[in-house]
Amino acid sequence: METYTLTVNGQTKEVTVDPGVPLLWALREELKLTGTKYGCGIGACGACTVHLGGVATRSCLVPVSRVGNRPIITIEAMAEDPVGRIVRDAWVSLDVVQCGYCQSGQIMSAVALLKSVPRPTDKNVEESMGGNLCRCGAYVRIREAIKAASRQLEGGVR
Amino acid sequence: MTPAIQVVTGSQLSRRGFIKASTLAAGGLMVALYLDPPAAAQEGAQPTPRTYPPDAFVQILPDGKIVITVNRLEVGQGAQTALPMILADELDADWSKVTAQLAPAGELYKDPLIGIQMIGGSCSIPNSFQQYRELGAKTRAMLIGAAADRWGVTADQCRTKDSVVYGPGNRSARYAELTEEAVRRPAPAVVQLKSASQFRLIGKPVRRLDSRAKCDGSQKFSLDLDLPGMLIALLARPPVFGGRVRGFDDREARNVSGVRDIFEIPLVSGSAVAVVADRFWAAKQARDRMKVDWDLSGIDHPDSLQLFARYTELAKTPGNVAVRLGDEQAMGRIPASDRIQVEYEFPYLAHAPMEPLNLTVRYGRDRAEAWVPSQIPTWEQAALAEVLGLKPEQVTYHVLSAGGSFGRRGTTDSHFVREAAAIAKRLPGAPVKLIYTREDDMKSGYYRPMFVHRVEVGISPDGMPLAWKHVIVGQSFVIGTGAPQEAILVKNGVDKLATEGTDDSPYTFPNMHVSAHHPMVNVPTLSHRSVGYGHNSFVRETLLDELATRAKADPIAYRLKLLKPDAKKFRTSLTLLDQKSGWRRRLPRNHASGIACSEYNRTCVACAVEVSIENNRPRIHRATLAVDCGLAVNPLSIENQMQGGLIFGLTQLMANGAITLKDGRVEQSNFDRYAPPYMPDAPVSIDVHIVPSAEQPTGVGEPPVPVIAPAVVNALFRLTGKRYRSLPLTTV
Repeated sequence: METYTLTVNGQTKEVTVDPGVPLLWALREELKLTGTKYGCGIGACGACTVHLGGVATRSCLVPVSRVGNRPIITIEAMAEDPVGRIVRDAWVSLDVVQCGYCQSGQIMSAVALLKSVPRPTDKNVEESMGGNLCRCGAYVRIREAIKAASRQLEGGVR
Repeated sequence: MTPAIQVVTGSQLSRRGFIKASTLAAGGLMVALYLDPPAAAQEGAQPTPRTYPPDAFVQILPDGKIVITVNRLEVGQGAQTALPMILADELDADWSKVTAQLAPAGELYKDPLIGIQMIGGSCSIPNSFQQYRELGAKTRAMLIGAAADRWGVTADQCRTKDSVVYGPGNRSARYAELTEEAVRRPAPAVVQLKSASQFRLIGKPVRRLDSRAKCDGSQKFSLDLDLPGMLIALLARPPVFGGRVRGFDDREARNVSGVRDIFEIPLVSGSAVAVVADRFWAAKQARDRMKVDWDLSGIDHPDSLQLFARYTELAKTPGNVAVRLGDEQAMGRIPASDRIQVEYEFPYLAHAPMEPLNLTVRYGRDRAEAWVPSQIPTWEQAALAEVLGLKPEQVTYHVLSAGGSFGRRGTTDSHFVREAAAIAKRLPGAPVKLIYTREDDMKSGYYRPMFVHRVEVGISPDGMPLAWKHVIVGQSFVIGTGAPQEAILVKNGVDKLATEGTDDSPYTFPNMHVSAHHPMVNVPTLSHRSVGYGHNSFVRETLLDELATRAKADPIAYRLKLLKPDAKKFRTSLTLLDQKSGWRRRLPRNHASGIACSEYNRTCVACAVEVSIENNRPRIHRATLAVDCGLAVNPLSIENQMQGGLIFGLTQLMANGAITLKDGRVEQSNFDRYAPPYMPDAPVSIDVHIVPSAEQPTGVGEPPVPVIAPAVVNALFRLTGKRYRSLPLTTV
């Protein structure tokens, strides 16, 4: 067991865990941030997506020991994030979710995309969202919600 | 179009036709259904108030909030919004104050028509529409009665809107102010329901109640449950179904920090080793270090290639008769040049919901508590009790929101509940969460069965089918289970869930013969969203495309011509599709369209797709869909289900959309080798059109699933000249 200091959603947190524990499980079980979901454990579904050092990252693949001092942002912080709020509101407004289990990861991927490319093309969207699996098949609405959020960002609502 | 005001008696609420109001501990009104005969229950004027309402359907709280209990698991299908809408509409509730909660296991929450508490067969809305309307209307009647008495007026002088009763002379009272008086009134046995023109919510696009929580990370799924002292259990399962633990070496596993216990438990078939730890990761590390000596003797080691070969041979012989229409010898009189003989192959499919199977059980000596995303709560409660040596009523059974299911959580043997119970029984007092890793979930069986179809169609000179001979080969997951549905679904050795879509064909096949073989195979199988229609509609709709092509007919016109006169919903949905898919006639170069339609439990869906080929895969540019599901309770939710269901149905076209077995071992364990559709695989746009209807609502969760795969391969034929009869679609 080792103790690590993590910066999660702007707060400093200590966790004492096995160095190999994936960030996903440290967030869920040690810090009780259960909005980040377990779906596959091999980086193939995107349900565990968080922002690590500002980059959309599959938290199931990153051992806590490899996080270093990179800030971690999870779905729980999106209410305080100007882009996150717009994306979340677009999701709600377009009734994107069904079972909703993958949507934390979808939203984290979408926010990362819009922060780097505020006006994404269809191709940008497919490339950024193409690794986020949704078994309910909400993809058509996810595309629409990203476009709606992008228009909102264009309108200067920040 | 608007039906007259309906007057309904309590008896139409099936055998649970009696409701009763009582006071909540915190004040406010609780309306519950009771099983007892009305007289007996009404004798006790004031039932004991309960803070946690095991039998409440409606609670009106002092602050005006209205909590509606949903008697169905929410798996994404939207029942948690639609059922409250239905009740709130008849109640004239202020929708902005309505919240929903999932019902625990309980007699009162059984489906009023089929008598089992469950989701399955897209039955939530069709079977509980009337029930929730009556509950809302009766609650409203009691509130109006209370207001009328207070004001000394008659009930028909009062009206309601947004949780307020209005009376003569500008009188008004909020529902929350009236609860104490309403509680003292007997529930009406007869109540007037609204006419369609009076609906304020039903028929309107209403956003989901659970959307925000699912978008900000606050929604608690079963896997998110956190209880003090909770332990995590994983299972080391046999590599072949039915394998047994002969012995194990757990020395390395026990060295993992946080491991609490390791022991063998029985499975429904065979046995497994449970590894229990404080945390998931410790449990997984320990489980993966277990050295288990498996006894695999005396059990079949199924192999997909061998199974297909065996099924293909079987398909050459007639099975048990499912349909016998017209003249069985008709085929023999049709010249060989007017006959098509084809074979189809369908692999096992995993449901693979995003949230892998998991549940939590806490066992005490004379009671237990369980938290389960449960499709069939009362059955599973009974199974849990059986394993623990308790009575079902000693098990408090909470139903938690599920991250998808698609049928996977609805097993007749309740295997995952039994496993968790067996583990919890060894660790009394501790809540134990059994988690299936994705690998465990995908390799655990309970798949959509493999099927082989062999069909011969004889065509008349006018291009229409004259004789249809069809043999279906695939496992039944109903035969031999002893479950109550076995007697209903199995006739003459034929499992209707394997043949549905043929025995209820909407098309006129004058001479039709369908038979089925149900081989026994050592692979657990299960209902999979859209069940038999998933393969049967594929066969029918691709063959119809061949026939229409041969007849040089438009595929929609051909189908309309062939429909039976009573196939009304097929006619309405195909006709609407024809109107809305005008784009079929002006496609870009190298693009083609395809058509298919299917029914599911009285809902019909017709679909057109526009397809091109990119990187040797179908690229689906758009889909247009028309659905006739009777009265559209929530058009927004219907649109959502149609879009999502289409995409779910694409799984079987994916290059890696198959579960296969080799020497008894499942070859896929995660989304790397069993790859359902991701965004680039899905249609870029899906426009949904709903046939206007005032008929009884029918379900929408499963009906869209079967149509897209045949529509896409019908389009591909126009691009490649090839027919695709073996799934998954590995090459184009």
